[in-house]
Amino acid sequence: MVDIRIPIGLMFTILGVLITIFGFTTMNNGEMYIKSLGINVNIIMGILMLIFGLIMLFLTRKKKAA
Amino acid sequence: MRLELSWIDYLIMIIYFIFVLGIGWFLRKFMKNANAFLEAGRSIPAWVAGLAFISTNLGALEVMGMTGSGMKYGMLTTHFYWIGAIPAMIFLALFMMPFYYGSKARSVPEFLKLRYDEKTRGLNAILFAVMTILASGISMYALAILMEKVLGWDFNLSLWVSALIVLGYTYLGGLSSAIYNEVLQFFIIVIGLLPLVFLSLKDVGGWSGLKESLAPLATANGYAPDTYTTTWKYAGEAASNPLGVEWFGILFGLGFVLSFGYWCTNFLIVQRAFAAESKSAARKVPLIGALPKMFIPFLIIVPGIIALVLFNDPGKGFDLPLDAGGKPIYDYTIIMLLKQYLPAGVLGLGITALLASFMSGMAGNVSAFNTVWTYDIYQSYIRKRTGNEEADGKHYLNVGRISTVAGVLLSIASAYIASKFGNIMDFLQTIFSMINAPLFAVIFLGMFWKRTTGHAAFTGLLLGFLMALLHHGLTVPEGATTLVKGGWIASLYTYPVEMAQNFWTAIIAFAVSTSVTVGLTVVTKQQKTDAELYGLVYSLTPRTLKEEGPWYYRPLGLAIIVGVICVILSILFW
Repeated sequence: MVDIRIPIGLMFTILGVLITIFGFTTMNNGEMYIKSLGINVNIIMGILMLIFGLIMLFLTRKKKAA
Repeated sequence: MRLELSWIDYLIMIIYFIFVLGIGWFLRKFMKNANAFLEAGRSIPAWVAGLAFISTNLGALEVMGMTGSGMKYGMLTTHFYWIGAIPAMIFLALFMMPFYYGSKARSVPEFLKLRYDEKTRGLNAILFAVMTILASGISMYALAILMEKVLGWDFNLSLWVSALIVLGYTYLGGLSSAIYNEVLQFFIIVIGLLPLVFLSLKDVGGWSGLKESLAPLATANGYAPDTYTTTWKYAGEAASNPLGVEWFGILFGLGFVLSFGYWCTNFLIVQRAFAAESKSAARKVPLIGALPKMFIPFLIIVPGIIALVLFNDPGKGFDLPLDAGGKPIYDYTIIMLLKQYLPAGVLGLGITALLASFMSGMAGNVSAFNTVWTYDIYQSYIRKRTGNEEADGKHYLNVGRISTVAGVLLSIASAYIASKFGNIMDFLQTIFSMINAPLFAVIFLGMFWKRTTGHAAFTGLLLGFLMALLHHGLTVPEGATTLVKGGWIASLYTYPVEMAQNFWTAIIAFAVSTSVTVGLTVVTKQQKTDAELYGLVYSLTPRTLKEEGPWYYRPLGLAIIVGVICVILSILFW
């Protein structure tokens, strides 16, 4: 009917790119990251989500080829 | 305690909303008849149904409540997962699912009709429909009030917008849409709360730092220093742990009666397995759900425990609203933790995770309600099947759609009742929580004892419920200020904590319905022939099911893996 990995993959890829970019643009905003113990969590989570999203999309590709 | 969101947070939320509605929109063209709409055409792969199974359970009340409980009881809260869920999920998968799925029943009430009789089905269907609406209204209210107090969102607006989004995707794509979205929501909940777990643990100096900071707090409350970070170590006596229940109550009350009652009979949950593509897939659904379930404590309970440390350390600036009595309002724990640690960006993700948990729970309620209403109430008592399958399929599809709208509207109405008369809603929820334990007794006896009769089951179900009610009316937990907590007839016995009262209410409900059902079965006549019970009862069903695939992807292999991991976790945090 539908491969749910496609929307999941797409959504996390989009959110991952968005949050990573946001993380880089706020890199010099030290004040904003005091809360998160000085860690730029946006870059870390953004990249993680991007990887997760791409893995999901990759898995659907593999299935179609088979 | 206000929390300001920025544009990026709203943008993340909007992207999530678009995907959720988009899935419903995409699925709409497959909704040709009632079977596709209400049962997802029995075509869902095991892993999808398995994640949906656990996602439905991970509703807003679960996330808010378990984080709060983590703060109250520490690691003892994991009893609700490791002993209070996993054994029941394994039992459901291995022993009950073959009969549920094999019976071709479309709902739990319908299974009761096939196994017993019409009146047993009717009683269960009506109670279930009311309970489902109440539960979804209460969680809607809880979330909207949180968003109003913390984010400053208008109560009415967030109530209606969140309800209409759920309505949108369940109306368009029915159960399939609810299930597919639950998988998406599961990942959003996990990923959205992940940064919170790491940051809060890092802040308190990791697990060992957390233990050190909790020791003086435990001692101050009169417990042993490591009480908040252990699970069974202080369960020997009720008074030596914050849960206030001893090992027997935990093992039998929570681990057996409450958990088997919830996981094995609650249609909201088992509906996900009913939608699986095959009997083998249906058996794997609870087990696939159990794998992430075991680790959810680290996602929501551990941050709750950390909140206890933050709350007692003024230097951390942790902000948690207090009630009139000066006690923290535990429901706010999760959102205040998000506020404490997450900067713009991941904060939006965290808030989206909360919204996703609300939606997965509510969509579960709505999709279970419309099925029970359409098949067990409307089709049984209002307009029976005609024999023209195609016309019927269309007719009941429309009924399913209308009852989806009605279910959402009734949930909204009950959310408003909850906002006006919170106590009444708490009371009703307590009462309806009493229907699961007797239901498990009756279904269990029905599946494993072919003699069990319909009259006995009906009486057992009803009396178990009424005796639980009576017990609740005659006992009170220590320090109860309202009759909602019990003792509304008279107060004959005082429990040290509310949890103990809940456990014992369930134990009594189960014991009464079991003995009544067994007793009456002996003196009443079985109305069903063996042929009618074929596929519904253990002794009358041939075990021909061949399982394929590698051992670890067969139900038994998966069950062993789940069981072993659960034991290891319990020992690690003993």
